[in-house]
Amino acid sequence: MSKQILRAPIGQSAPRERARRFATGRGRYTDDAASLRGLHAAFVRSPIARGDILEIDCDAARDMDGVVAVLTHADIAGRYRPWRAGNALLPEMKAPEQHALPPSRVNYVGEPLAMVVATSRALAEDAAEQVFADIDPLDAVADIETALAPDSPLIHEDCGSNLCVSLTSGNGKFGADFEDADLVIEDTLDFGRHTACPLETRSMLAEYDPGSEVLTLRISHQCPHQLQAELAKILGLGQHRLRVISEDVGGAYGLKQQLYQEDVLVCLAAMQTGRPVRFVADRLEAFASDNHAREHRVSARIAVRKDGRITGFELDDLFPIGAYPQYPRTSLGEGNHVLRMSAAGYDIADFRSRLRLLFQNKALIGHYRSVGHPVACAITEHMVDRAAAALGLAPETIRLRNFLSDDSYPRETPTGVHLHYLSQHACLDRLLADMDIAALRSEQAKLRGQGICRGIGIASFVELTGTGNGFYGPGGIDVSGQDGCTLKMEPSGHVRCMPSVTDQGQGTDTGIAQIVASVLGLEVADIRVLSGDSEITPHGGGAWASRGISTGGEAAWQAAQTLREQLLLVAGHLHQRDPATLELTEGHVVDASGAQITTISEVAHICYFRHDLLPDDMPTELMVTRHAVPRAQLFQATNGIQAAYVEVDTDTGFTRLLGHWVVHDGGTLINPKLVEEQIRGGVVQGLGAALLEEIRYDEDGQLLTATMADYLVPMASDVPDIQVSHVTSGTAEGALGAKGVGEAGVAGASGAVLNAVNDALGPFGATVRQMPISPRTVLTALRAAAASATTPPFEDAP
Amino acid sequence: MSEPRQSVSLTVNEERHDVTVPNRKHLADILREDLGFTGVHVGCEHGVCGACTVRIDGAITRSCLVFGVQADGAEIETIEYLSAQSETRDLVDTFVAENALQCGFCTPGMVISAAALLAETPDPTREEVRAYLSGNYCRCTGYQAIVDAVMMTAAGRRAAKGERA
Ligand code: FES
Ligand code: FES
Repeated sequence: MSKQILRAPIGQSAPRERARRFATGRGRYTDDAASLRGLHAAFVRSPIARGDILEIDCDAARDMDGVVAVLTHADIAGRYRPWRAGNALLPEMKAPEQHALPPSRVNYVGEPLAMVVATSRALAEDAAEQVFADIDPLDAVADIETALAPDSPLIHEDCGSNLCVSLTSGNGKFGADFEDADLVIEDTLDFGRHTACPLETRSMLAEYDPGSEVLTLRISHQCPHQLQAELAKILGLGQHRLRVISEDVGGAYGLKQQLYQEDVLVCLAAMQTGRPVRFVADRLEAFASDNHAREHRVSARIAVRKDGRITGFELDDLFPIGAYPQYPRTSLGEGNHVLRMSAAGYDIADFRSRLRLLFQNKALIGHYRSVGHPVACAITEHMVDRAAAALGLAPETIRLRNFLSDDSYPRETPTGVHLHYLSQHACLDRLLADMDIAALRSEQAKLRGQGICRGIGIASFVELTGTGNGFYGPGGIDVSGQDGCTLKMEPSGHVRCMPSVTDQGQGTDTGIAQIVASVLGLEVADIRVLSGDSEITPHGGGAWASRGISTGGEAAWQAAQTLREQLLLVAGHLHQRDPATLELTEGHVVDASGAQITTISEVAHICYFRHDLLPDDMPTELMVTRHAVPRAQLFQATNGIQAAYVEVDTDTGFTRLLGHWVVHDGGTLINPKLVEEQIRGGVVQGLGAALLEEIRYDEDGQLLTATMADYLVPMASDVPDIQVSHVTSGTAEGALGAKGVGEAGVAGASGAVLNAVNDALGPFGATVRQMPISPRTVLTALRAAAASATTPPFEDAP
Repeated sequence: MSEPRQSVSLTVNEERHDVTVPNRKHLADILREDLGFTGVHVGCEHGVCGACTVRIDGAITRSCLVFGVQADGAEIETIEYLSAQSETRDLVDTFVAENALQCGFCTPGMVISAAALLAETPDPTREEVRAYLSGNYCRCTGYQAIVDAVMMTAAGRRAAKGERA
């Protein structure tokens, strides 16, 4: 067969079929599915952060109007298998047992205590109010500094400590003095607790057919196969008798990637009642019981020489994960990425990092888009900027002096991350040109003269995308790093395409249709993509770690190539041509001169109905499945850089975002518009993290942010236009050369804003060290600076 | 004790519906659950996110903040209907062409609010678009493509009328 090059519609900004459905109100989100004789679940949730359950009295609730079942631990024990979130690669990690409903102890506000199933949600809530839980309150562990104190209560007594796990990484000795340093700067940043806050809350509808013993769970989720595998284990069903459908998902961003207690309970209730059972979290339940994210206290030390070379970097991440690690992936990934990705793009001889995961009496902390990366980026870039300021260097100068050199690849970081190639120099050059740094700085200087306080911040980052099987597989966690794609060409020559990767709005479906159309010489409209159904698609990862195109697209490419070869083989026989001289273009089979020989639909038709025209041994399979998994390296590392331009009102402390720039290396862009919109959406989530978003608890572990008026996500008027540019470099594996793009926006945005605010505050000698950067944070920093005398730049020198 | 209920008469998308609903049920849930207009989305049920935006007697309204019984006799329009009307179809087409939506959950409310903005202000600035749509949260897009789509629709309408583009 002739070697195929990438051709249209790859590289075109094709519109999305789903977008048209959504814009006309024809989405099919989980709660949109009707159910006959359906029931609704409501949960009784713990009002306190820690306590012993003495009794749960459900008698009154059971007698109420419309109530079909009320379930507590005693009612479901033995009907499912509890779970533990651990990783076999880390036997020392504490993995306390987790139950669908707690047997004796509650560990966070919002933890489900009992489940009510009734004929409407309102009636279920009425009955839930009449469930009386007698809980003996205990002191909560709600502070990260005291969790490890010897006299702290233990959240899980059988674990013997509130330390879930501690890890170190790098090539230096943690805590040792730096050699070869003219200056060592120390600092600590606090990152707030976030939540992904998808507009569609967690939603599910379970139905059990006792005749065929099949459980169907419609659920707003990113990883239907993972959930199928986990629920099969927990409920004792064969994986082939569990169907998980996630058709349209109203935002997920990592929050809908794990197993939640409600998922198990809704299935148990459907099996018990024989009726469909639905649960849709309300917004208060979402804030209390969805997985949260981030929250780190990271201390760092950077060692530099007077020539601007960074010679050492050390960081210490205290990461409070809540009451349990999330299941099945654990909460390690976020911290692990901080441990590994901090300073990953810099050539630093002595790098060390330490991570400690702590238990807290708060909701679980899990994955949120760009897992760990924004924290790694912000702490690194904050320290690099502090070093630059101390040495009197421009931010871009110190970066250029320390970026890994372009001719040093492939290489490994001190923490063992394989880097095929990073385009950091090209990205920085492009960024400075896009933002016209000289003009911006002169504007900044001019306005400073008028008392207007503006700042420019740059943040460079290295990101891990398209993760393979090396972490979860050997860790004993059935999360697929492999993805597959099934193509079925119909007799008409149209194609049904069933990828294992899922689409929550990223446009993965469209990108995959473009890849298949490109290989087969068809239009995007000739390809119908059906994803998010574990019964019809190959087993695969779904949506995580920016794998939709980098891994899922690769599988689609391979499947399409196989189908193409099949079509050319049959066409060659029918028309007495060497298949190697034929090509598929514009719905036709063409020869080397471009002359049309026959149509694809004619060949497809013959493969189904006219075996009389073909030799007996000629294959005619027009249904193909191929899988792809990154093998040579665990991650596909790539990179990008962002810049923010802000104005800080030093009277009110309010920060206004004036401009934002991104340059990113996504490799081959299958659909440039969708890539750019992925990046912009991610940036705005990062801007929310930088300035607005924070889940707050009081010192007793009581949740304070319970509505969307308390937990602020960015509005249209809060954010500026964002300029996105691309640099394209190659990949180590795969024919397409596409890298992940979904996380890049979030990865660098908050770090860029932090640096911009600190640039704005520089003339006042003030530094903010906390995100979100609220007006209060800014004013506190300004007051602290005013109270202390100006400090000489080399004060921290050893 | 059974829930107090009332019958209400709603005209939705030019069709009349008579339903008996619990007094405490809000209009968004009635439109979705009783009448099948699942293009009405519920994101917060406390009036912040804007996903439940519909038109009631011509005015954009958060249907999670209206009890069904309050809407008795009202004329309601949802995205299913509005997206098919000639006065909004260009806006919907531009949303799709500009990828002004990702997961699509905010989109029905966003389109209805954007249509109201363009009816009030045919020639808005980007800042005016951002300010007007600030009551409709979108967690996916970062808003820029939405602003682009609204601006392009406005320009297209002016061009069609022979005004400057
Ligand atoms: S659901 Fe009505 S404003 Fe959010
Ligand atoms: S497109 Fe997902 S919330 Fe707007």
